[in-house]
Amino acid sequence: MAGVSADTIRTEVRKLQDVLPNSVVKELENSLLRVSREKAIMREQLDEIIEGVKQAYIDAMVEPGEAVGTVAAQSIGEPGTQMTLRTFHYAGVAELNVTLGLPRLIEILDARRTPSTSLMTIYLNEKFAKSRDKARAFAQEIEMIAVEDVASQTETDLINMEFVVTLDRARMHQKELTPAKVASAIRSALKAEVVVDGNKLRVKPEAPTLSDLRRVAAKAKGVPLRGIKGINRIVVKMEGDEYVVYTEGSNFAEILTLPEVDPTRTITNNIHEIEEVLGIEAARNAIINEAIKTLEEQGLNVDIRHIMLVADMMTSSGEVKQIGRHGVSGEKASVLARASFETTIKHLSDACIRGEMDGLDGIIENVIAGQPIPLGTGSVELVMRREEKVGRE
Amino acid sequence: MVEFDVRRHVLVPKHEVMPPEKAREILEKFRVSPHQLPLVKASDPVAKAIGAKLGDIVKITRDSLTAGKAIIYRYVTEG
Repeated sequence: MAGVSADTIRTEVRKLQDVLPNSVVKELENSLLRVSREKAIMREQLDEIIEGVKQAYIDAMVEPGEAVGTVAAQSIGEPGTQMTLRTFHYAGVAELNVTLGLPRLIEILDARRTPSTSLMTIYLNEKFAKSRDKARAFAQEIEMIAVEDVASQTETDLINMEFVVTLDRARMHQKELTPAKVASAIRSALKAEVVVDGNKLRVKPEAPTLSDLRRVAAKAKGVPLRGIKGINRIVVKMEGDEYVVYTEGSNFAEILTLPEVDPTRTITNNIHEIEEVLGIEAARNAIINEAIKTLEEQGLNVDIRHIMLVADMMTSSGEVKQIGRHGVSGEKASVLARASFETTIKHLSDACIRGEMDGLDGIIENVIAGQPIPLGTGSVELVMRREEKVGRE
Repeated sequence: MVEFDVRRHVLVPKHEVMPPEKAREILEKFRVSPHQLPLVKASDPVAKAIGAKLGDIVKITRDSLTAGKAIIYRYVTEG
């Protein structure tokens, strides 16, 4: 007797699409097709397999009321104890300094404004990605060069009321700059008079006062000459069959608008920048990717469902919120819950002054009150059998 | 310099504005009020790109690592 045809398998399996997630359906279909090529699958067998898979999936689902947050916290926290506490590593990219391990993980969950080491991975469009020279030239162009990068010495001359910058000839040549160019950059940035004197630039503030001179001295070193603000060090590296530019420092918004860049793949490790430029969903993806990368790099295996839950919580309000030691920031509504954590008296007295109410909705409040906690079976207050009600009418 | 369409970036999943009838269906299906859904700000770059307005419900089709494809909804709020 012949088994079922490939088409029957396909149509039958696809009926599951409403019950099972896409990836499970596809996997089931592929493995059934593979087996059926070697060995006939009978109709009853097919039905049994499909029913079995469906049941297995339903059995594996999280039950209503399960404390998924606590499980996620443990599942990320325990491997976290095994991570390196050392901050700096020179992993992955040659020469570039990246924060890794536990400090990086904390940074991601804390949703810090600026990570301690920003890093961008810039993919180039076809024309530039294949040519080493073009990629290099592009890298040179975006690297930010400030006055202090080409100066060998700077001094404040109080007698003549001027700030003197001595330029380094070799570095000037390497960056293809001339003293005149540097002078005009300083002139337009600081609105100060600049006199070119051979290899020296004499910067004179508008008014010859001490405070103006100090202001000029403080700002002159940082005047950008070329490149994009925030992009500090650059490494060009071959990856697969294309050249990729890695940068220390990040300026996502500006880099994406450059014509040499492939804006669809270029990324930064600064989650706030991603949120700003690409929106909340992209930030969620970035949190997941960064967290997985950090954990995997340390050889730890955390189920991504836990990380996805964390990322969902962090982004559910429409903006990236931090998960600190008080939970997802500012979510604890209960006075008793807050009081049980730190500065008990202060929390209680503040609540009294404000006349706060506690609805006893959370876990800790109910533990304090000596009641069943709203978790698992405790989260059900009343079960109504709808059929019965409908039947009577 | 061409303004980059954020929807083309690999990190951005597909966003669609739901027509009002569909949106109501979804709220009924999950038995939630709009504010119980995850939120997205009206100023979100992708929300702006698809023309989502305050009070709309946005359907997001994510490429999930576990489920292949996952559909979630966000409610457009101020900000």
